Amino acid sequence: DQVLHIVPETFQQVQHLQHLCSTLLLDLWKPLLSEDIWAGEDLHIRVPAPLVQEVKDSLDQHMISYKVLIPDVQEHVDQSMPRERSSHRQVPEGYVYTQYHPMEEIYQWMTQIQKNNSELVTQHYLGKTIENRTMYYLQISQPSDKTKKIIWMDCGIHAREWISPAFCQWFVKEILQNYKSDPKISRFLQNLDLYVLPVLNIDGYIYSWEKDRLWRKNRSPHMNGTCYGTDLNRNFNSSWGSIGVSYNCSSEIFCGFGPESEPETRAVAQFIERKKSDILCYLTIHSYGQYILTPYGSTTKPPSNSEELMHVAEKAAAALMGKYGTSYEVGSTSLILYSNSGSSRDWAHMIGIPFSYTFELRDKGTHGFVLPPDQIQPTCEETM
Amino acid sequence: DIGDVGHKYHLELVLEDVLDKDSTVNCTAEVLYHLGNKNIAPDVHFTIEGELKNTDEADNIFYNRIKSLEKELVAENIPDSHGNVSPEMEPIRLLAWVASGYVIWQNSTENTKFQLAQIKHVKQVKRSDEYLEFDYMILLHEMVSQEIIPWQMTVLWHPQHGVQVTQDSRQPKHA
Repeated sequence: DQVLHIVPETFQQVQHLQHLCSTLLLDLWKPLLSEDIWAGEDLHIRVPAPLVQEVKDSLDQHMISYKVLIPDVQEHVDQSMPRERSSHRQVPEGYVYTQYHPMEEIYQWMTQIQKNNSELVTQHYLGKTIENRTMYYLQISQPSDKTKKIIWMDCGIHAREWISPAFCQWFVKEILQNYKSDPKISRFLQNLDLYVLPVLNIDGYIYSWEKDRLWRKNRSPHMNGTCYGTDLNRNFNSSWGSIGVSYNCSSEIFCGFGPESEPETRAVAQFIERKKSDILCYLTIHSYGQYILTPYGSTTKPPSNSEELMHVAEKAAAALMGKYGTSYEVGSTSLILYSNSGSSRDWAHMIGIPFSYTFELRDKGTHGFVLPPDQIQPTCEETM
Repeated sequence: DIGDVGHKYHLELVLEDVLDKDSTVNCTAEVLYHLGNKNIAPDVHFTIEGELKNTDEADNIFYNRIKSLEKELVAENIPDSHGNVSPEMEPIRLLAWVASGYVIWQNSTENTKFQLAQIKHVKQVKRSDEYLEFDYMILLHEMVSQEIIPWQMTVLWHPQHGVQVTQDSRQPKHA
């Protein structure tokens, strides 16, 4: 099949083209309707393969000039499809990782992922949200007789940062698709277990889909339901309530009525506390700003392993930049961003997890929280 | 640090054309944040080394398209929740971005970092002269407080005369 580009010059040519389209039942791509074909305006028609010669002959006969816009439609289609042929049995068929998904679909995705990759993936209960929704994390673990260290990654602690859960899903997909063929990933899994929480703030995420795209906090009701939401990333027990917070519920950085006052915070904290001696690295994914942030937000005093933390982060930023040239700034939150207390990343480090980082993904403010879907792939690829 | 006056910053920056990433131009600027009174916008002086691209053609196409609309333009949620902006709305978004730059400048201190988050609503206002007028309701994101601040602004534009914000006011956050 070919797509032809024609600019009719006269009314007679228009009439002939309309006649051709209706008798041969050609597929009009632009305009959509035959009656909208005008002289001087672009016309794009898809011609089925068996009719290509006949149509071209007819155009030549009527002195209508044309250009071949797409010489082979099937090839064009194949090229623009993602190359997932080899391993599509391992990930949910048809799940589009380059689109944002509502929570319902993410729940279904988790179930499917476990089903299709049961030798590697198990879904686990973490806790419940304030609106009583279930929080699940995925454990990616290669069977082995040795106990492995853990890397924990959570996404979606802030509802409006949609690129974050999109990245967690992408990450899982990439690992599962490539662990057999990619030597780096297979070595990784021989020595480490990955624990991924695709959406931490489930209630908030749903709220940002249904009611307010720019919602940030969770949905816990305060003051008799006149004010909603605690900033979960100010609610952890790390210098809680000391700086960079508000004690006012109506603020976006309201830290709650006490450290770990929120069920979502407790669910994560209790789990990590239990496993902390095996957790090597705590990652929490946010947007936007393009930063790799190290502890602390509550003080400018550097953490004990500051040099090592920075070194690893700088290597990560360099690798990230190598993909598409995207530049990420690296440093402690209190020095390069702003002061805050009660963040999950600070807390993880304070209880002894050596490598603790916040990633702030694309972009730098042009789109901010509302990052268009065509940036999901490059963002995820470079971050990977 | 300028005693009794404020804090002055000397900046060397590179401007990048949003529509053409390879097109850059160097710029130097001086910004003076006034001490105390937060109601005065920072003083800004800048020099651009070289020339900015000529946009006459695109400006005129957009201008004529809006002028020839039968009904005044009205639109909401640009971009939409997923980040999409239709091609017809791109210039409307760019115009809001430029105009919001003025609002941001007028309301910035050393402790704020504003970005335009979204256009909630835009309505074209009919005019008898050659200017285009748009009444915008935008949402500004302030990074330090993480607040989303609704802001109304009235924007005038003309291909030869550029952008003007004739009126702007911060709006209450509705519960």
